[in-house]
Amino acid sequence: MEQRDKSGVFQRLRQGLSKTQRLLVGGVDGLLRSGRGVDEELWEELEEVLIAADVGVLVTQSLIEGLRQETKRGGITGAQEILPLLRQKVLEILKPHEVPLSLDTAVEYPFVMMVIGVNGAGKTTTIGKLAHRFTSQGKKVMVAASDTFRAAAIEQLEIWSQRAGAHLIRHRNGADPSAVAFDALKAAIARRCHLLFIDTAGRLHTKENLIEELKKVTRVIAKESPSAPHEVLLILDATTGQNAIVQARTFNQALGVTGIALTKLDGTAKGGIVVAVAQELGIPLRFIGVGEGIDDLQEFSADAFVEALFNQTT
Amino acid sequence: MFENLTERLNQVFKKLKDRGKLTEKEVRESLREVRLVLLEADVNYKVVKDFIKEVEERAAGQEVMESLTPAQQVIKIVHEELIKLMGGEEDNSLRLAGPPPISIMLVGLQGSGKTTTAGKMAGYLRESKRSPYLVPADPYRPAAIEQLRKLGEILGIDCYAPEPGDDPVQTVGKARREAEAQGLDTVILDTAGRLHIDEELMGELREIKKLVNPQEILLVADAMTGQDAVNVAKGFNDSLGITGVVLTKMDGDARGGAALSIKAVTQRPIKFVGIGEKLDAWEGFHPDRMASRILGMGDVLSLIEKAQAAFDERQVETLERKLKRDEFTLEDFRDQLCQIRKMGPLEDLLGMIPGLGKLKGAKAFRPDERQLVYLEAIINSMTKEERRNHQIINGSRRLRIAKGSGTKVQDVNRLLKQFAMTKKMIKQLGKKGAKGISPNMFPF
Repeated sequence: MEQRDKSGVFQRLRQGLSKTQRLLVGGVDGLLRSGRGVDEELWEELEEVLIAADVGVLVTQSLIEGLRQETKRGGITGAQEILPLLRQKVLEILKPHEVPLSLDTAVEYPFVMMVIGVNGAGKTTTIGKLAHRFTSQGKKVMVAASDTFRAAAIEQLEIWSQRAGAHLIRHRNGADPSAVAFDALKAAIARRCHLLFIDTAGRLHTKENLIEELKKVTRVIAKESPSAPHEVLLILDATTGQNAIVQARTFNQALGVTGIALTKLDGTAKGGIVVAVAQELGIPLRFIGVGEGIDDLQEFSADAFVEALFNQTT
Repeated sequence: MFENLTERLNQVFKKLKDRGKLTEKEVRESLREVRLVLLEADVNYKVVKDFIKEVEERAAGQEVMESLTPAQQVIKIVHEELIKLMGGEEDNSLRLAGPPPISIMLVGLQGSGKTTTAGKMAGYLRESKRSPYLVPADPYRPAAIEQLRKLGEILGIDCYAPEPGDDPVQTVGKARREAEAQGLDTVILDTAGRLHIDEELMGELREIKKLVNPQEILLVADAMTGQDAVNVAKGFNDSLGITGVVLTKMDGDARGGAALSIKAVTQRPIKFVGIGEKLDAWEGFHPDRMASRILGMGDVLSLIEKAQAAFDERQVETLERKLKRDEFTLEDFRDQLCQIRKMGPLEDLLGMIPGLGKLKGAKAFRPDERQLVYLEAIINSMTKEERRNHQIINGSRRLRIAKGSGTKVQDVNRLLKQFAMTKKMIKQLGKKGAKGISPNMFPF
């Protein structure tokens, strides 16, 4: 793994989450710092704080239930002791799924990553950032414009590839996405590229025929490179509510998602849904997107995420 | 759309149904579950709180009507409050009056669907006898301008080409003059996606607003949005003063609680919903229908509307006469199949039928559109005489029909059986008339 400035990552994530933090911590702080006792009202308010962060009803209830029991067992009487416990609980859920992307799993080059997600989640932008990340490490990167459906999707990817210094394989609008992917893979092999990113058209997970189209892409590229795709990266929009779990579940069932990138964490969306997704599906959390700039992509860090989420010294 | 919410609410009220009379405590209990359901549906927790309080107050003070079960009474109140919250009978049509060219401004977060919405809106406006002009005011996202230009091309609607180096405010100003020069009356401004907390970019939107004084500033919001919907809606509304909302990606299975949240925060009407990627995949927003869907009463109104569009009246009259005289033939059966196919994907239709959302297996039951094609092929392979009198179709005829339609004899048998059953059913219905439909057939 490459050397990264840990504090830099942390700083950026913090910046991205600062708005979130103010809202969330505003709630938690007010609740837990005032030296009040542990009562029903406290639990209820705590529940609301987690719900407001999109953590979801089920996970919230199980978190609160766990805290209740520990509070009883540990003889905790002050509200201020709850926060470290809560932070610990969320961290326990996320930590095991903080698994950075590793290229070593690729038996042979190129490492093929297919990027999928619903419309507007940020697939193309994330690919731009990812391509840049690897080209700046000196890797040779190829990008396949397999979103042949949306108007100007190819042009958008083309601009990102230029910015990132990556090769692009494109067909015409309306071409078969798997044909584009296949050609790109062959080209990537011929040009000895380290990585191939396949951009796919956004599709709602409920459209079965479109999910079939993605399956076809995986089948077709496996013909050329049997172990490919080596990563199926699902892009989730942090603004999305509980539907993100359904998305992750459905895409995972159909295609075997091997990694998740959480985008748009620079807004006021709290991204708490990732806790629920991690708990239910246990898919590795790879990256977070914190802006529109080419550098605004970070490796997911459970500690930084939880720290930023619950940090009391804003 | 709201299927999941529907399922859950039905579960909640099933418990109530089993208990007969309803106590105050039971109302509270049921509403506690309604609360969870709404939270899971991504309705903002504060909105949920207010909503539950409202319903509880109304339910507690009210006597259960003679004609309703206690559960029905609670559902009625929840239903009414939902409709109220989503806009009731307010006017949610576009405001297009004013000296041309008027402007419609589309704003929202990144990826909410502004550009696609701009295209759909242009098509819709042209149908309403307006002359729309598409203006891409997004120089930031790579190829955003290109995307709108291509949509314009597909639709055959003019799209302004921004001069390189112009900022969005300059672009909008020039585009407006261009619209005036060309005699186009409605300018659709597709602005760049931005965060509601990005002061600089929000300032840009305010400048555009000042420049063109738009008739409509529509917030384009993703129906899958979570709790943050209230912050986004509040941010854009406080900063710009939005006039309405377009909800996108309603063709997914998100429970769509964002609709309630945004409405509650902005108090602005939801004007349209996007229901697919095709440029005609959008429709007006109907609070009553949506509330009905949420509660599992089915989107019957939409179904009726679709049916009316597909069947012309004379056909219906002829069919009715035939039904009465028991002259329903395989030919009519085939016509019916064609009509059903005209009404759109079967799956959509099923979702609109009352009670179907309640069935546990309903989601797993996916009608096979191809089945209809086979059925049609089988009927087409019959002779006229066979179609008029199905009883003459013997073994060798069945074999011929199967060969002719590329199906198996079993398929032909199945079709004939289905037809016979349909005929029998129609006969029974005809005898009982409208009275034959008992109230128990409806979910509530």
